[in-house]
Amino acid sequence: MIWLLLKRIGQSIAVIVGVMILTFVLVHLEPGNTARAVLGFKATPARVAIFNNTYGLNRPLPVQFWLYCIHVLHGNLGVSYSALQPVSTLIAQRLPRDVVLIGLSTFLSLIIGLPMGLYQALHHGTLKDDVVAGTWFTLYSAPDFMEALILIAIFCVHFHIFQPSFPGGITTVGGLFEDPRAMVLPVVVLAINNVASYSQYMRSSAIEELAQDYIRTARAKGMRERMILTRHLLRNALLPIITILGLSLPDLVAGAVIAEAIFSFPGMGLLFWQSALSHDYPVLLGATLIIGIATIAGNLIADIAYGILDPRIRHAVA
Amino acid sequence: MQSPEPTTAPPIRVGEGAVVLPPVGGEVITTESGNLFLSDILHNKRAMSGCAVVLLLLLFCFVGPLLYHTNQTATNLNLENMPPGNGHPLGTDEYGIDILGRLMVGGQSSLELGFAVAISSTVIGALYGAISGMLGGVADAFLMRIVDTLLAVPTFILLLICASMFTLNLVSIIAILALLSWPYVCRLVRAQVLALKEREFVQASTAMGSTRMRILFRHMVPNTFNIFIVTTTFAIADSIYALSALSFLGLGPPPPFADWGTMLTNGVNDLFDSYPWEVYPALVVLVITVIAFRQIGDALNDIASARSSRR
Repeated sequence: MIWLLLKRIGQSIAVIVGVMILTFVLVHLEPGNTARAVLGFKATPARVAIFNNTYGLNRPLPVQFWLYCIHVLHGNLGVSYSALQPVSTLIAQRLPRDVVLIGLSTFLSLIIGLPMGLYQALHHGTLKDDVVAGTWFTLYSAPDFMEALILIAIFCVHFHIFQPSFPGGITTVGGLFEDPRAMVLPVVVLAINNVASYSQYMRSSAIEELAQDYIRTARAKGMRERMILTRHLLRNALLPIITILGLSLPDLVAGAVIAEAIFSFPGMGLLFWQSALSHDYPVLLGATLIIGIATIAGNLIADIAYGILDPRIRHAVA
Repeated sequence: MQSPEPTTAPPIRVGEGAVVLPPVGGEVITTESGNLFLSDILHNKRAMSGCAVVLLLLLFCFVGPLLYHTNQTATNLNLENMPPGNGHPLGTDEYGIDILGRLMVGGQSSLELGFAVAISSTVIGALYGAISGMLGGVADAFLMRIVDTLLAVPTFILLLICASMFTLNLVSIIAILALLSWPYVCRLVRAQVLALKEREFVQASTAMGSTRMRILFRHMVPNTFNIFIVTTTFAIADSIYALSALSFLGLGPPPPFADWGTMLTNGVNDLFDSYPWEVYPALVVLVITVIAFRQIGDALNDIASARSSRR
């Protein structure tokens, strides 16, 4: 188990280095001049030279990458071109807010999606199953930005229940809850797509478990259906969901970019979007690296949790 | 012990505890080596109704403009924001362009993008995965870390970075999406190849002196075909959706490029100005398209896994 874990951690580190190389090369593939893209076409040659000198853009690419790596190891992710603040500061401010947003929406989609999937599995192959699946499938297939805008049209424009955009000037994580109503729509929009995927995984996982012998045995010995579900089925059927949770992180991040852009939620997604629009590459590099690390860590934690929770795996690998 | 009859394998565990999933959604792509047969597909209602919808969409987008002539290039401000009726069955948009005609033209680029990205990323991913699985050992480990790297960063994030750097057009966005979305196929195909390598018919072929190339193209590629088809249908839906999200964030191809996503984005401002006909047609066709392709993929996946469990 320990040996396997060390191997997985080693692989993860290799992948993080890979992410650094990938994003660095990608950002420097830009045709033309970064300084021109940031400062505009009317910038004087002197300003361009100063810009290049300040950000070290006039050095050879391998040297730039080497310096970038050393800086990252010291926790220095560079300085934003537009905000003129350290990228690490910008990210450190926003990351906790995203943890709150993504955490809440994951919680919401789990408490809706898992019972829904179980319900579908128990009514497998009937009209009830199809209706539930069809509803979520449609919601899942509609672009999430459209769902967000339709929700805004209904709840903000028509009924005036919520505000369409997040109140500005938030500096702390607690500040997110000063107006709890502002959190509702971003969390709901982010949750909608995940409900569909969690419920479908839960459905297929539960259908597979329902076909197993131990369920038949439990029924044969006269156990009440309720007990079979809670004691036997749920424990086994929930196991794969742990892995799904770890793996759904990239989708959540991508969804967060769109949701945050719409509701101007002051998180990483909004920062990333604005940086992409303004060619602010240090921020893009830093944010991508953090997202990559979070994804890898999420998968690693899910794997470890799986190993701890599933006795078959816990005891199999000595 | 594995159960002898896997129905739908939830997350697919591959190799050293790594797990592979399709890019999005609740669809579980099976790695069991069931082959798709035409008769199965023809008798599957879901697959056939999905195909019928796709066929109608193709006719609508590619044959439609031949029958329904509209001017899609010149703006006509006398006709801006006209409600449906009066020679414009679905009304006109903010530039006075007919929306029904726009749906057809926009659909052409959306569908071309979907098919091109799906086919090219599937081919890249399948070849890469098959070669990596065939090679094994250190080469496989190295090649797979590259794939892990691409999987570690959400595709949409990388797409945003690319879109911020390049001025996009249909060809460049196809290239970018294809280069970003092949790793999913790759993991699935590699897993299948690793399983196939242990099967008797491959070992027999090796024993008879087949070269690696021959095994790759005669045995591996045909036996991973069901993965190809299933992932292709999902990739079509995903890439159409990715382009629309990109356009929505203002990083899509600049005008005069038109696709359903840009139509949605342009119409969004009008959602609140009570011009709903500028938004909902594009939304409806987009949702229908995505659902149709996902239904086909889902149905094919069911057929493949049913095949493999029957054996």
